[in-house]
Amino acid sequence: MAAGTGPRIAVALDGAGWHPAAWREPGARPRELLTAGYWADLVREAEAGKLDFVTIEDSLALQTANHLDRPGERTDLVQGRLDAVLIAARVAPLTSRIGLVPTAVVTHTEPFHLSKAIATLDYVSTGRAGVRVQVAGRADDNRHFGRREFGEFRLEDAAEPDRPSPLADLFDEAADYVEVLRRLWDSWEDDAEIRDVATGRFVDREKLHYIDFEGRWFSVKGPSITPRPPQGQPPVTALAHAAVPYRLAARSADVVYVTPSDREQAAAIVAAVRDEQERAGRGDETLHVFADVVVFLGDTDQAAADRRARLDDLSGAEYSSDAHVFTGTPAGLADLLLDWQAAGLSGFRLRPGAIPHDLTAITRGLVPELRSRGAFRTEYEANTLRGLLGLARPANRYAAV
Amino acid sequence: MTRKQIHLAAHFPGVNNTTVWSDPEAGSHIEFSSFVKLAQTAERAKFDFFFLAEGLRLREQNGQIYDLDVVGRPDTFTVLAALAAVTERLGLAGTINSTFNEPFEVARQFASLDHLSAGRAAWNVVTSWDAFTGENFRRGGFLPQDQRYERAETFLRTAWELFGSWRGDEIAADAGTGVFLRDPGAGAFAHHDAHFDIEGRFPVPRSPQGRPVIIQAGDSDEGREFAAATADAIFSRYGTLEAGQAFYTDVKGRLAKYGRTPEQLVILPAATFVLGDTDADAHERAHVVRRQQVSGQTAIKFLEQVWNTDLSGHDPDGPLPSTDPVVSDTTIAPGRASVRMYRDPLATAREWRQLAEAKNLSTRDLIIEVTGRQTFIGSPATVAAAIDDLVQADASDGFILVPHVTPGGLDEFADTVVPLLQERGSFRTEYTGTTLRDHLGIELPEG
Repeated sequence: MAAGTGPRIAVALDGAGWHPAAWREPGARPRELLTAGYWADLVREAEAGKLDFVTIEDSLALQTANHLDRPGERTDLVQGRLDAVLIAARVAPLTSRIGLVPTAVVTHTEPFHLSKAIATLDYVSTGRAGVRVQVAGRADDNRHFGRREFGEFRLEDAAEPDRPSPLADLFDEAADYVEVLRRLWDSWEDDAEIRDVATGRFVDREKLHYIDFEGRWFSVKGPSITPRPPQGQPPVTALAHAAVPYRLAARSADVVYVTPSDREQAAAIVAAVRDEQERAGRGDETLHVFADVVVFLGDTDQAAADRRARLDDLSGAEYSSDAHVFTGTPAGLADLLLDWQAAGLSGFRLRPGAIPHDLTAITRGLVPELRSRGAFRTEYEANTLRGLLGLARPANRYAAV
Repeated sequence: MTRKQIHLAAHFPGVNNTTVWSDPEAGSHIEFSSFVKLAQTAERAKFDFFFLAEGLRLREQNGQIYDLDVVGRPDTFTVLAALAAVTERLGLAGTINSTFNEPFEVARQFASLDHLSAGRAAWNVVTSWDAFTGENFRRGGFLPQDQRYERAETFLRTAWELFGSWRGDEIAADAGTGVFLRDPGAGAFAHHDAHFDIEGRFPVPRSPQGRPVIIQAGDSDEGREFAAATADAIFSRYGTLEAGQAFYTDVKGRLAKYGRTPEQLVILPAATFVLGDTDADAHERAHVVRRQQVSGQTAIKFLEQVWNTDLSGHDPDGPLPSTDPVVSDTTIAPGRASVRMYRDPLATAREWRQLAEAKNLSTRDLIIEVTGRQTFIGSPATVAAAIDDLVQADASDGFILVPHVTPGGLDEFADTVVPLLQERGSFRTEYTGTTLRDHLGIELPEG
């Protein structure tokens, strides 16, 4: 990264923030969560802070407080959301430098559709698209499609990459899905469009390629209907908590989000991811490991703790998360990020506890704090998301050398 | 009595030979700036909506990717969502296939687009079944002919159930009491039939238009009936006075049995145009454009679609082939609508031969004659009068205009024809509403 060796910073946007009572905070806009203006304001704020990228959460179902809830049953949570790819597309023309990484479910959807959607997001953002792939194993999601049944999706299976399970199948399917995305993005060579008036040919069809993917769950012929996107390969990202998803990320992703609770665990997870990366034969490729951290920020530790306590009071339960929860000052957060980064992390995906407060505390508090330590950019150093991630524009797998 | 108002839409130039990519003015078909340019021109001219077609597999002929026309297009939903950021009132219509999608996913995306555009989404519902396109998808298997409309109609009605699963008053978002959702059952749906067996909670609350404007292009008896029952607009192929009036009368006459009035369905034929300072100039330009659209090579490709055989050695400047078409179940151009159009290739070949002999036409001249002559040719005054007359005579409610040059092909129409339509009192000078339903004057029906 341009400014010294500090961490890359992404922010994870979800509704009014990650705390279930965030929508009740002063400054929250709970009636505007389904409007374009709301999302444009959030992404512009992140861009003003020169963050690397935003992710946008998504799901095929209504919200839950935890995975045991039935979707939508909690009437005290924000309920309802918009398709994240379309939110990203809607804000793309209103921003110019920040990466846009929507979540996309890869379990029930068509890889052909998602491939051209992300390619198109890359066109409308001139090279700032990425995607976060997510599996959907709940029976509730299944019943929205009614096409398939698979066995029980048990979270404990995620720790057993070598034992067959419905969960492992979903992740294997996701790996096939990402393979299809990537092949379709390469199915047009960059110079396939020739517009040769003399011969009447618009394209050189020798530079369009069938991908001929055949796997256990689907087969896709290709080529894509959408030409190769500006970045060639928009970055693919995934959240991973255990060995099975680490393996998916190691096989398929450019960025993996992980959830250590301290620096030692961060080091252990990085080691596990690198192991899987070697096994996947990708040891020499860049796979960024970002740690997810939920943040409740305040001018003082006490103020931050008070805010979080007030939110917990409103929701009637102490907030817990799959990720580490940081409560404190921007300076304290900067200390933590720089400390953990030394365990081998490339960056962090910060989940603001409540929006706008914790988002602006990141962009206007944390960012200046990191800059004062020479650990964050003062200007964007690249025009594309791959550029911000230090990834070169890749050669096309189908191009003749 | 106020004058009947014209509705106009702008079709982004498609991946067929109508689009002249070889024109020196022709720009990119994939860069976002081209989409912005055409959409902003349409909005400046107060058009009702912008329209995107879709094809989910690159066209092929003779077992090879077809390279003479524009190839490549963006994802429909994604580009429309981005266009919502650079337009304010223009409707945003996308063609989305009901075969290679599920109702839940399509409804989720259209409801999202309708929110993100503050009520400007429209869905052109198409149904294609070819196994050729199906090779790109995990779903979309074979269905017998007689079940296809049934499935398409069921797909649409299932999507409606999803759009309708939120009434619009469920979100309280009351920070004081902590009640976000007033109705704990909001979004509940259950649909069980032979085609779709789904249930659950739809995750997108009611969108500004309730549901997107529905556009269809059905032409068969079944297709017209389906449109009369379910569509807000029809994308028709009958742009001339007599054929237009016949179609208009037929379809509008079917509405009453569904409890609908004639105003609740607008009929919009596709139309191409060539303008000139004078009518003579325009005709001269139109001839040049037709020669650009139908090169010798393109003429041979059209010929092959009827003859169903490789004619690459045929001279386009000579007469039609003396051999007859190959009648076969396999086609040289899979997935092409034109192939389905020529259901009786032997008869088509006979007609073409008669025409070519009568007018002494070469193969290329014949193809220019029998395919896609421009709908409107003339000075701005001539074209404005022709459009207005057709609409006032109930041959249509307006037109979906297809420029032949990307992205500037609508500029001249916007600058010269639209003001004349406005002077005639037949076309809006300002948008009076914010949603596409407002522009079309079609409220969401109850229930």
